[in-house]
Amino acid sequence: MPFWNEEIETMPREDLRKMQLSLLRRELRKMYDSSKFIHDRMRAANLVPEDTDFDSFRRLPYMVKDDLRETYPDGLFVVPYDDLVRMHVSSGTTGKPTIVGYTRRDLDNWTESLARGMTSFGVTRGDVFQNMHGYGLFTGGLGAHYGAERIGATVIPASTGNTDRQIMLMRDVHVTTLAGTPSYMFHIAEVCEQNGIDIRRDTHVTKALAGGEPWSASMRDKLYRRTGIRAHNCYGASEFYGPMFVECEEQRGAHVWADLCYMEIVDGEGEPCADGEKGSIVATMLQKEAFPLIRYKIGDVSSLTWERCGCGRTHPRLDRISGRSDDMLVVKGINVFPSQIEGVIGEFPFLSPFYTITLTNPNYMDQMTVDVEFNPDFLTDDMTRVAAMSQQVQDRLKEVLNIKAKVRLGLPDSLPRFEGKSRHVVDNRSYE
Amino acid sequence: MADKILIQLSIFVNNTPGRLAAVAKTLRDCGINMKACNLAESTEFGILRAIVDDPDAAAAKLAGKGIIARKTEIVGVKIGDVPGSLYEPAHVLGEAGINIEYGYAFTGKEVEGLLIRVDDPRKAIEAFERAGLEVIDRSEI
Repeated sequence: MPFWNEEIETMPREDLRKMQLSLLRRELRKMYDSSKFIHDRMRAANLVPEDTDFDSFRRLPYMVKDDLRETYPDGLFVVPYDDLVRMHVSSGTTGKPTIVGYTRRDLDNWTESLARGMTSFGVTRGDVFQNMHGYGLFTGGLGAHYGAERIGATVIPASTGNTDRQIMLMRDVHVTTLAGTPSYMFHIAEVCEQNGIDIRRDTHVTKALAGGEPWSASMRDKLYRRTGIRAHNCYGASEFYGPMFVECEEQRGAHVWADLCYMEIVDGEGEPCADGEKGSIVATMLQKEAFPLIRYKIGDVSSLTWERCGCGRTHPRLDRISGRSDDMLVVKGINVFPSQIEGVIGEFPFLSPFYTITLTNPNYMDQMTVDVEFNPDFLTDDMTRVAAMSQQVQDRLKEVLNIKAKVRLGLPDSLPRFEGKSRHVVDNRSYE
Repeated sequence: MADKILIQLSIFVNNTPGRLAAVAKTLRDCGINMKACNLAESTEFGILRAIVDDPDAAAAKLAGKGIIARKTEIVGVKIGDVPGSLYEPAHVLGEAGINIEYGYAFTGKEVEGLLIRVDDPRKAIEAFERAGLEVIDRSEI
């Protein structure tokens, strides 16, 4: 399989580490001079950019999502708007989203990372690439689009939804590669089967870029058996740039481009994890311009290995995300915090503060059910009113979370009483 | 007027198998006799609407057993055992602009009629009486 940027992708491990350190120092210098946020932190940690090594670097406190949220909308940006060419917006917990900005160079690096990643599983200029990620504020759509276009593939910006039309395009336009969420690919497989369409026989699709939500290797195998499509996992976050790191043909983890991102995995005490050991991801973007992302603890849990990959790339590989270090849920690819749901419940005097969230995924399509209960003072025997009340809660949840949740309004005292937050959530999703 | 407003107990029952039986057993154990009843359900819970001898005492007894019951004012109107007897009271309320939330039939030893929940029971009673329909008194249940 060819490389997109062979010199960088196959650079000897030692040279790569040296390059990482010099890029890190350069990035720290840039941010030390332009970002008060980073400047203050480095002063407090007694760090000078040019003297920083990977060890002393760990003295810097983590950045977290709240740092972006508290500086909403653009408090962390270090370049003037003249130099910003794009912004993306991701959902937030308390109504306030997170806004990320991009310089032209940022877009370029982001695109480069995906061009490398997609090339690593065989996307070429000969491919027809149907992008079923949502275009818009979400980074998945435009990210995949730019990456594939950079390679020279023919991109169809199909975006989400309208499954019949997606399938029509797959069949009629000689599509070879899909991009989208794994659950949507299973949905496509299902609809094809219902309509007697055999993806192997009736289309030319053989590979896919899949991400934006948790899934598993066994789902990947199942999709392959069902459709002949080999799906390659993709990981990223809008705070980085967007989706960035992709599984190569070997399908043994996503290559984390070491010239763009210095990734640490830390344990509960903040100590570095051993190679291949699970811990919290801490990412530092080494060439970011619009705003600093330095020791960013995103909350995802996984492991990183520098073990040599069969594809010849020397960059480390990130295993699938196995969970969260906080109580965030990812539902239909959207981040949901129980505190958001708690907030909505608090808006309605007719509800008691108790609730449970149940997640299921029939046919790998996430479904969320929120059980709430009546405040006894508002209990009514008028069933029309009861139905209207639960609809009201459902509508409000949709507004706040951006996804549909089924609301079940029960009697006072019908829900279990928990103390810890996580106990509110029953996650019955299976990725087998 | 006060005696013409009937008090119904709305007993809330969780939608789980055996739950109604448990509530019914409690009614029996507490010696609560139902004169009329009706079952309604939402997706999450059901309501047993019942006319009982002493609604206040019954509600207190049920509360003691952890069962939620609410008192609701309803109106009873006598109807005959003949075709079309639903028409008169329904027509009267419709003309008076009174909305019916729900209703169910009642057959007692002396009278038979329709028990209905409306948004304004007093206005309903006046409308029935103006139209010459007989309203069921508490003593008749």
